[in-house]
Amino acid sequence: MPGLVDTHSHLGGVGAADGSSPIQPGVRVMDSINVRSSGFRRALAGGLTTLNIMPGSGHLSSGRTVYAKLRFFPESAGRVAGPRTIRDVFILDDNGRPMGGLKMANGTNSIREEPRNGFPGTRGKSAALVRGKFIEAQEYAAAVARHEAKVEAGEESTAPKRDLDLETLAAVMRGEIVVHHHTHRADDIMTVLRLADEFGFRVVLHHVSEAWKVADEIAAYEGVNGPDGEPWGAPCSMILVDSPGGKLEAVGLIYETGGVLEKAGARVAMHTDDWITDSRLFSRMAALAVRAGMSRAGAIRSLTIEGARMLDLGGRVGSIEAGKDADLSIWSGDPLSVYSVVEETWVEGVRVFDRSNEADLTYAQGGYGAGRDVEPYFCCYDHLVQQSSGAATGGAQ
Amino acid sequence: MVRRCLAMVACVASAAGFVAGGGDSAAAQTGRVGEVLVYGDVVHTMAGGKLSTIKNGVVWVEDGVVRAVGPADSTAMPRRAMTTLRAAVVVPGLIDGRSTAGLTGIFNNQREDQDAIERSSPIQPELRAIDAYHALDPLVGFLRDKGVTTLHTGHAMGEVVSGQTMLVKTAGTNVSEALVRDGVALAATLSPAAIKGGGKSPGTRGKLVAMLRAELIAGREYAEKWSSHEADDAEGTGDDEGDGGNAPARDLRKEAVARVLRGEMPLLVTANRVQDIDSALRLQEEFGFELWLDSGAESYLMLDELRAREIEVFVHPTMARPWSEMENMSWTTAGVLADAGIDVVMQSSYEAYVPKVRVVLFEAAIAAVNGLGVERAMSAMTYDAARVLGIDDRVGSIEVGKDGDLALYDGDPLEYTTRCVGTVIEGIVVSDGE
Repeated sequence: MPGLVDTHSHLGGVGAADGSSPIQPGVRVMDSINVRSSGFRRALAGGLTTLNIMPGSGHLSSGRTVYAKLRFFPESAGRVAGPRTIRDVFILDDNGRPMGGLKMANGTNSIREEPRNGFPGTRGKSAALVRGKFIEAQEYAAAVARHEAKVEAGEESTAPKRDLDLETLAAVMRGEIVVHHHTHRADDIMTVLRLADEFGFRVVLHHVSEAWKVADEIAAYEGVNGPDGEPWGAPCSMILVDSPGGKLEAVGLIYETGGVLEKAGARVAMHTDDWITDSRLFSRMAALAVRAGMSRAGAIRSLTIEGARMLDLGGRVGSIEAGKDADLSIWSGDPLSVYSVVEETWVEGVRVFDRSNEADLTYAQGGYGAGRDVEPYFCCYDHLVQQSSGAATGGAQ
Repeated sequence: MVRRCLAMVACVASAAGFVAGGGDSAAAQTGRVGEVLVYGDVVHTMAGGKLSTIKNGVVWVEDGVVRAVGPADSTAMPRRAMTTLRAAVVVPGLIDGRSTAGLTGIFNNQREDQDAIERSSPIQPELRAIDAYHALDPLVGFLRDKGVTTLHTGHAMGEVVSGQTMLVKTAGTNVSEALVRDGVALAATLSPAAIKGGGKSPGTRGKLVAMLRAELIAGREYAEKWSSHEADDAEGTGDDEGDGGNAPARDLRKEAVARVLRGEMPLLVTANRVQDIDSALRLQEEFGFELWLDSGAESYLMLDELRAREIEVFVHPTMARPWSEMENMSWTTAGVLADAGIDVVMQSSYEAYVPKVRVVLFEAAIAAVNGLGVERAMSAMTYDAARVLGIDDRVGSIEVGKDGDLALYDGDPLEYTTRCVGTVIEGIVVSDGE
């Protein structure tokens, strides 16, 4: 089948926005990633070939995400064994620029119990801060347009001072950059859609623990048009973890969400949120959705083409079709069965994972030396880390 | 939709609804409490740790105890109306070998439901799981809906000595109803998880072990003081009446450690790195207690040592996150240990964040396909788990005289897409499954 597309991963030791302010769209996650992290090798063992690598959810906006191809080409392919740097995993757009989205979040992760540095203390304040920043970006975009018009007309004009945050939000409102929005609770999901309506941006709803409560609203939402001229809608990139809870906003998580969204007619992809779930077990998540009522075909699409479309990569990856990238995952059997394993993973015609290879098998199963080489990203969970005191835990759901 | 039966009474009511779907509503509603008839296309009894598969099998539970199990066409059953269930696959109720469910609640960022770890002091053997267990926590119901019927639960790893564990059934409205056995093991942690910063002790591995040794020595002296007092009493010497008038002052902390040293309660030591596992073995040699190794991420490097000492390993959740002290963990560990002749028990362990509680069934499935195999994986959460935990006279297999604890599935229990369709505890249908 096609190589799997993970619409939400934190592999590579990501770190974008810092604690200085709640909205930092100008910070890029690509400037922080260690592409040699063992996590990427585990991702290959799970059949993953394309990732949306995201900063965390501890901010209203924690920065630009980057879409990556896991080009772990061996030397024998006539190239240097890679990837050596982040450049080697970029997916370039028609203008030769690395593709990516913008990470945003609402709900409790971006709220602080004792707000400082401008962070919000409530949901209402969170939305107000986001609206204020988008309005600032509208004014910034208008100033830029005025300046460009004057230059065009041969008039004298001083360019507005560049602002990386506002520049990014302006591109978001032009529809060039997709917003990948962390949101769990049903009311938070509706807040995202209100903001998307007001500022006309394309959004993918991520996690959506309680999407089953507002599935009809999600399915009916049209929003702005996508690149194909059709309504972009409110596509959902969902996660299933083995049990609900961990925090209040995720207590409503149920396995049935995928099936409920599918039946309502919403677009559904899935994501590992790796370090929350293990990339090696991505297909297991789709199987758990099937366990609770999602169709098998829908589950497979949610691992592949649906995710690709949410990353504006539907024309390049996510299905096996003539002209598309040769990204494949080769399975010993039904990918939705516990008894199946990924035997090989291919990216752009090059084999990047081979289970019969001892090193690759070690990444697939674990063992001495297979572990992390970068710390997982905790950002805003200091209190949880202290609580767990080193116990197995994750970072950024 | 997930249905949670939070109280026995409610569960019995929902059971009637569940059976009604099968057309046996009259039987379902007239059945005696604690009596149930369960048909399975396949019944894995797990007797002796083997699947011991019966095709077209039936299990009759009366007064909470298995009265008969065998092929449906040749097993004599009483001719009276009783609750009747049918499923593709019937197995013994699952045992979670090491959990914190019921002490840790579903929320995590809400203080009032987090009682799995007490941070006020690094050594608190006097803490008992029964004083903290919340039988109605949604996490307990979540596990019950997956077929888990017995929990070995208690204070989490994370302090040098964090408290005493217990065994409960995943039913009942309070711990008294749920309890199988109290004071099952004393939980200790030989791992960086128990090491503190900021100049507090223990700040290093060496200090951690020194503190635990000191505690064991103090416990030994306490035990000796008491046995000498009891001997005096028996001989009528020491004090005049032999009435315990001069009994040593009770010390709850040392009392718990003394129980470990008398062999009444194993020390359940969480250790992952080779050096930490080795420290646990040295302590066992020095003090002679029964050692249960918890987690054991690098235990596959210590096979000879573990086998020679007949140490049982409560292997970390197979899907634990491979970082920090777990960075060398492997999905194959349970299988490798079992191949070496070491007893393995599957467990859910402790999660500080998400998933809030792991499901022993899911962890066993990943171990099964990575070398442990289906039969041993099933046994590691049924028969073998019960044997190691010392409750195999009651649970762990479907055999006449044992508790009527059953888990019903619509297919291979280990398969991702299979659903639990019913859970029975002591003859009462406590869940209609997922």
